[in-house]
Amino acid sequence: MLNVTINDKDVSVETGATILEAARSAGVQIPTLCNLEHLSPLGACRVCVVEVEGAKALMAACATPVRDGMVIHTNSPRARTARKTVVDLLLSEHEGNCQYCDRSLDCELRVLSFDLGIQEPMYVGAKPGGQADFSTPALVRDGEKCVKCRRCVTVCNEVQQVGALFPQYRGYETVIGPAFAMNLDDVACVQCGQCAAVCPVGAITERSHMEGVWKALADPDLHVIVQTAPAVRAALGECFGMEPGRLVTGQMVTALRELGFDGIFDTNFTADLTIMEEGTELLTRLKGALAPDDPQLPPPALPMFTSCSPGWIKFAEYYFPDMLGHLSTCKSPQQMFGAIAKTYYAEKVGVDPAKMVVVSVMPCTAKKFEAARSELADSGFQDVDFVLTTRELGRMIQAGGVDFASLPDGTMDSPLGYSSGAADIFANTGGVMEAALRTAYELVTGRELPVDNLHVAPVAGLEGVKEAEIQITAPLPDWAFLDGVTVRVAVAHGLGNAAAVMRAVRSGERTYHFVEVMTCPGGCIGGGGQPRFTTDAVRLARINAIYREDEGKPHRKSHENPDVLELYASFLGQPLGEKSHHLLHTNYEARARV
Amino acid sequence: MHVQTAQTVAPLDQALVDSLDAYIREHQEEAGNLIPVLQYAQSAFGYLPEDVLKHISEALQISYSEVTGVVTFYSFFSTVPRGKHIVRVCLGTACYVRGGKEVLRAFRETLGIDVGGTTEDREFSLEVGRCFGACGLAPVVMVGDDVHQRVKPSGVKDILAQYEGVNA
Ligand code: SF4
Ligand code: SF4
Ligand code: SF4
Ligand code: FES
Repeated sequence: MLNVTINDKDVSVETGATILEAARSAGVQIPTLCNLEHLSPLGACRVCVVEVEGAKALMAACATPVRDGMVIHTNSPRARTARKTVVDLLLSEHEGNCQYCDRSLDCELRVLSFDLGIQEPMYVGAKPGGQADFSTPALVRDGEKCVKCRRCVTVCNEVQQVGALFPQYRGYETVIGPAFAMNLDDVACVQCGQCAAVCPVGAITERSHMEGVWKALADPDLHVIVQTAPAVRAALGECFGMEPGRLVTGQMVTALRELGFDGIFDTNFTADLTIMEEGTELLTRLKGALAPDDPQLPPPALPMFTSCSPGWIKFAEYYFPDMLGHLSTCKSPQQMFGAIAKTYYAEKVGVDPAKMVVVSVMPCTAKKFEAARSELADSGFQDVDFVLTTRELGRMIQAGGVDFASLPDGTMDSPLGYSSGAADIFANTGGVMEAALRTAYELVTGRELPVDNLHVAPVAGLEGVKEAEIQITAPLPDWAFLDGVTVRVAVAHGLGNAAAVMRAVRSGERTYHFVEVMTCPGGCIGGGGQPRFTTDAVRLARINAIYREDEGKPHRKSHENPDVLELYASFLGQPLGEKSHHLLHTNYEARARV
Repeated sequence: MHVQTAQTVAPLDQALVDSLDAYIREHQEEAGNLIPVLQYAQSAFGYLPEDVLKHISEALQISYSEVTGVVTFYSFFSTVPRGKHIVRVCLGTACYVRGGKEVLRAFRETLGIDVGGTTEDREFSLEVGRCFGACGLAPVVMVGDDVHQRVKPSGVKDILAQYEGVNA
């Protein structure tokens, strides 16, 4: 332990801690810009400078480890002046109009400027400018607002290992962007939106679908229905100042009703449906590998990887084109919902699917890209018409004059609104795996998954790659070939972790039967469309809220959802049956990286 | 805004691509191999064509944006074919104080290109240097391997005329 003094307070910290960490542990806030938790400090922006007694130069708190006996002043006149100068310079190059900006309510630059008491431009000169990039379906980049903090570069390269963004050119000419400052669709961006999630300003954000949704809602000829992803209910409250981890499912439903949707449904419903399809697909693959009906046939690819996360799918299409056969053919719950809504539900309510508009509310930007994939239109109509992020829904509720906090709880509509707890946990890293195991284990053995409270503890939590083994004993006669088999599973979140698992599988270093991948750190609860700013503390609060939602449900296994069973009985037939195959499954295409 | 992007003006010479691949194989495992590989490629092809950059990105498993980020950071990398004659104007201290900047301006205006640029007829490329070790003769300009001393802005046209249309 080291002892230091921060603003006259005595503080003990672990050896190796930075000044920033020491200050935070003592409740002293130091503003930061380029710094991101758990990632190597860049020390680039110098917003975090502090004065250390005895040192000539000011120190970047995020990048300076404390030494024993250090006397630190975070708010001395010198530190404040320097910080102000740094922010003044950033503002002098920043081309923005807060009143028109997507970030006017949560912009870190605006807050910095306000907190430092900057009231007028100190430096006036040429601004480097920058272009707007509308090239992709999910994201909009506005180079004029970029303050070159490089957070997006760190996330895109280190966490996602995509490397779509990198500083181009040098000095005053530097542009943070894709190769040669071209557009995002000129490089292998997977549309995950993690760059937008960490950007402190309005330089990267989602492509808005709000206008389209408002128009559809106002059109009396259209039947406009909405589905909400599991992760939204654990984060939407943050748009209204509630603490992270507040569950607002019921209020969300009421708010959607007030906005005028004709049906309020749940992506959870099709998450349960996904488990039925994906679980059956897994068991079919296991059978093909371990006890094939026809040993002449090539064995199916194992491990099978989940396919709910569209950023992950695009990543695999770019980086692992040789392994696309390992991806489950199941469409994601969002797309299954659209396909079922425009067939089964349309028939049931007697609405022409041509006049039906399916809106999704997602924690994700890549879902906008996914909804636009031309092959996802098996009903004859695009499965999903508009995708709102959690943030966009928050803004629509606000704009709709709805006082969210005072809303009573509502319930989702039938027949696509009821879900089991297994569907809720799709929001968390490890959740799809847990949900699949709850169902597959029981299908195979006739017994409940023998873990505490149905939670598969080894695959929960924020560890990057998690593994678990499940021993199958005394299966039902149909599954006799699984007797004594140890099923090995893995869970990865963040694409860098997913890539590590893929490489280990490809080389044979690791063998699994089933792997869950979620694109975003923490899973969907940490998606690129969630309220900013998502730290690990926020991730954990949302994760725990989702587990609470699961535990409170009357049904906690997908195969017990009565409405899903009814859907099979009256429409689909059986999992992996002909109709399912047509409506609920898809295929993937290799993509050129550059 | 930037106009610099990469292009591939002519089909790549397969023998050169093979030699680049051999070089990459040799240095595949080394940390920090991107810059040496780019230098090798530039000396082989004379510039860094778009196709070569993409090839390097694939071969080294480094994202294309990172490759171009490095290429655009260092002024000695060029993504457009260089001119037959490389004009380098010294802006070292001695040359600078004795009018190097004005000489550079004269070259820019006469050639109609910026530093780093190449004339459309690919006769000339313009670069700046930092001291050629001939400070006594400042300001100094090199064209190819020739040194021109005590250059005046008014003499720029005459210097260029000596090279125009001549093979380097
Ligand atoms: S990025 Fe921030 S400072 Fe800039 S215009 Fe938007 S809100 Fe204002
Ligand atoms: S969306 Fe994801 S892959 Fe694309 S630039 Fe942003 S972080 Fe990188
Ligand atoms: S786009 Fe945003 S995150 Fe990226 S460098 Fe610019 S300001 Fe920072
Ligand atoms: S936050 Fe410390 S230098 Fe940017």
